[in-house]
Amino acid sequence: MNLKAVILVGGPQKGTRFRPLSLDLPKPLFPIAGFPLVHHHIEACCRLKEVTEILLIGFFQPNDALRRFIQRERQEFGKSIIYLQEYTMLGTAGCIYHFRDVITNGSPDAFFLMFSDAFCDFPLQEMIQFKEKFMPYLIMTVEVPKEQSLHYGCAGINLTTSEVVHYTEKPDTFVSCDINAGIYLLNIDIFENIGVLFQNKHRPSLSDTSMEEVMLHVSHQNVYKPESTMGRISLESEVLPRLAGSGKLFAFRMDRFWLNIKSAGSALYANQAILELYKSSHPERLSDLPGCKGNVYIHPTAEVDDSAVLGPNVTVGAGVVIGQGARVKNSMILDGALVKAHSCILNSIIGWHCVVGEWTRVEGTPTEIDPNAPHATTDNFYLFDEQGRLRPSITILGRDVTIPAEVVIRNSIIMPSKELGRGFKNQILL
Amino acid sequence: MKALILVGGYGTRLRPLTLNVPKPLVEFGNKPIMLHQVEALVEAGVRTVILAVSYMSDALEKEMQIHAKRLGIEIIFSQENEPLGTAGPLALARKHLAGPECNEPFFVLNSDVISDYPFAKLLEFHKEHGKEGTICVAKVEEPSKYGVVVYDKSSGLIHKFVEKPQEFVSNKINAGMYIFNPSMLNRIEERPMSIEREVFPYMANEHELCCMELQDFWMDIGQPKDFLKGMCMYLTSLRQRSPEKLLKGSNIIGNVLIDPSVKIGENCKIGPNVVLGPDVVIEDGVRIQRCTVMRKATIKSHSWLESCIIGWESRVGKWARLENVTVLGQDVNVKDEIYLNGVRILPHKSISTSVPEPQIIM
Repeated sequence: MNLKAVILVGGPQKGTRFRPLSLDLPKPLFPIAGFPLVHHHIEACCRLKEVTEILLIGFFQPNDALRRFIQRERQEFGKSIIYLQEYTMLGTAGCIYHFRDVITNGSPDAFFLMFSDAFCDFPLQEMIQFKEKFMPYLIMTVEVPKEQSLHYGCAGINLTTSEVVHYTEKPDTFVSCDINAGIYLLNIDIFENIGVLFQNKHRPSLSDTSMEEVMLHVSHQNVYKPESTMGRISLESEVLPRLAGSGKLFAFRMDRFWLNIKSAGSALYANQAILELYKSSHPERLSDLPGCKGNVYIHPTAEVDDSAVLGPNVTVGAGVVIGQGARVKNSMILDGALVKAHSCILNSIIGWHCVVGEWTRVEGTPTEIDPNAPHATTDNFYLFDEQGRLRPSITILGRDVTIPAEVVIRNSIIMPSKELGRGFKNQILL
Repeated sequence: MKALILVGGYGTRLRPLTLNVPKPLVEFGNKPIMLHQVEALVEAGVRTVILAVSYMSDALEKEMQIHAKRLGIEIIFSQENEPLGTAGPLALARKHLAGPECNEPFFVLNSDVISDYPFAKLLEFHKEHGKEGTICVAKVEEPSKYGVVVYDKSSGLIHKFVEKPQEFVSNKINAGMYIFNPSMLNRIEERPMSIEREVFPYMANEHELCCMELQDFWMDIGQPKDFLKGMCMYLTSLRQRSPEKLLKGSNIIGNVLIDPSVKIGENCKIGPNVVLGPDVVIEDGVRIQRCTVMRKATIKSHSWLESCIIGWESRVGKWARLENVTVLGQDVNVKDEIYLNGVRILPHKSISTSVPEPQIIM
């Protein structure tokens, strides 16, 4: 089998819930368990001999960081890896349709389509085996608690045949606990299906269009809808509901951990999950220093004092200095940060080049995962609750923040380049 | 000479410390509160001390008799069967305070007050003006909390008392330290009586009550917040009078008083204003300021404490942060990495979750 992989990486207008971390670095490059987010997707794809090329599609300007990243990945894995920049919003189906020539170049049989937000122990080999030849389109699903399912695309699955008989994106009321996990294995004839939709959008014929499309046509004539939404085709809202029940769309139900990385809280949880996976996939990445408890990743250029205690679930980036007697637990320390002596960092993300003073306590509230619900995933809630109160969340220090000695920073988000003079609790500091 | 100390009852405002130890025996500056007072009285010539209590405590009795022997004085317990207020206990102890052979003035103190106790000066001033009673007044920042005294600056004669004034009257308050002639006992009956409301006003009207301004420090340490404030004042006074008693070192800042048996680890920063009791252990990398740590407590490495009272035998875990008048009772165990902000914890509790806002943990 000859396969390709397409990874949708979004753009600066997307992923705003990942701020302030995404203000300085495109979200797909944000380090999870010591390596850029999308590196984990690329690595999983490159493990398969069937995959000949990986295409990244997104809105980011191909800046230095992105260019260097792609180059490094190419060198490391020795496969063709190309970044394709979208210039206008074409929707999740529209964009792959736009680049169909590149994707179908070399005549692959099928391609993986992955959203960079979708994070899990990628079961790509199993999906290939499961699909075999008779499933044209395979979508990976996971099971989540009822209440959480409303935030995702819900699939009604025939458990005997594994066919997706019904699909609704973000319903108002409960449809199914099986949700779209954002990873697909699609035959290249998907482009025909999308093509049909595309044609209909631009030249609707009244005989075989839904009410929706009539309205679209009408509004186009009356210029109600803004230009930018024309030509947008959404895989989830338009393509999948049509394919559901047609005998062509099937579900691969995955029961290992999965999460959608939308907020910094989920990034920390992903960090934890991947560090655990390293035990089997990359045991050399886990530190065996005496001061480490549980899973800890320390970049080779970081300096950690012997008396510091790290972990469990800690990643320490390049050039980080951790002082005498410091304690770091369930946190990420990004490149170049300085954590001074006797400080205590819990459930937090310390941004690039931050300074945390002596005896200072930086503490957040970790995202709760319901231990009783099967495959419960992180709730990517918004920062404020219905009463307008700031929800307790992990503490995030943006790039270049300086925290003085002996203070407490608790449940707060600090924007980049701030120099604080005192402690803060439950606040967002712009 | 004789003195009466109004010890009173259960010391509820200093809980959780007073749940295990009678208030007079709670160590202040590494010495039971009561002993600070008794030793100062003895220095001024007192040979009989009457403790007016509302309940008998074996621990208190035993401890005080040891000190009585050591100081060569007599300590008498006068126990009230019903609450007698602030004046009644004097009538109850009448036979000890005055008699046909004894016509000397006697001292009366509240057991909660700490000061440099200028009793000799008070006696002198009292004999000079020849009135029936003299009370000490202290200058405070928040007079309305106590009860303000209005008096003539030159003679010291008191005009009146004002409880909780609604507008500024004066910043001098009744310091709870007095000296009286035995004739004053005629004004008191053996029933619940308030000295501030039922005795002093009459004495003032008759021009028989004078006051002496305290020059040095004074504090009512009946509650934890004031206990710590008083501790700072006491240490400042110690620095002036006997600086050799305070600790010196590269890791010591400001006024720090420790028992010789204390062990301090490496890379600590201790002070200012810290009192460490016997057998206290401070491990490596600890930052502690404005705290009292009672006997046999342990503060583990890299923790940070400010404005706390750590009870006897308690343990504070590594990387813990305790602040804002957190008080641990006896034998409390705070686990590693815990944050306590303004929390009072009752004895023998084990704390494994942070308490970020002021609370009482039972």
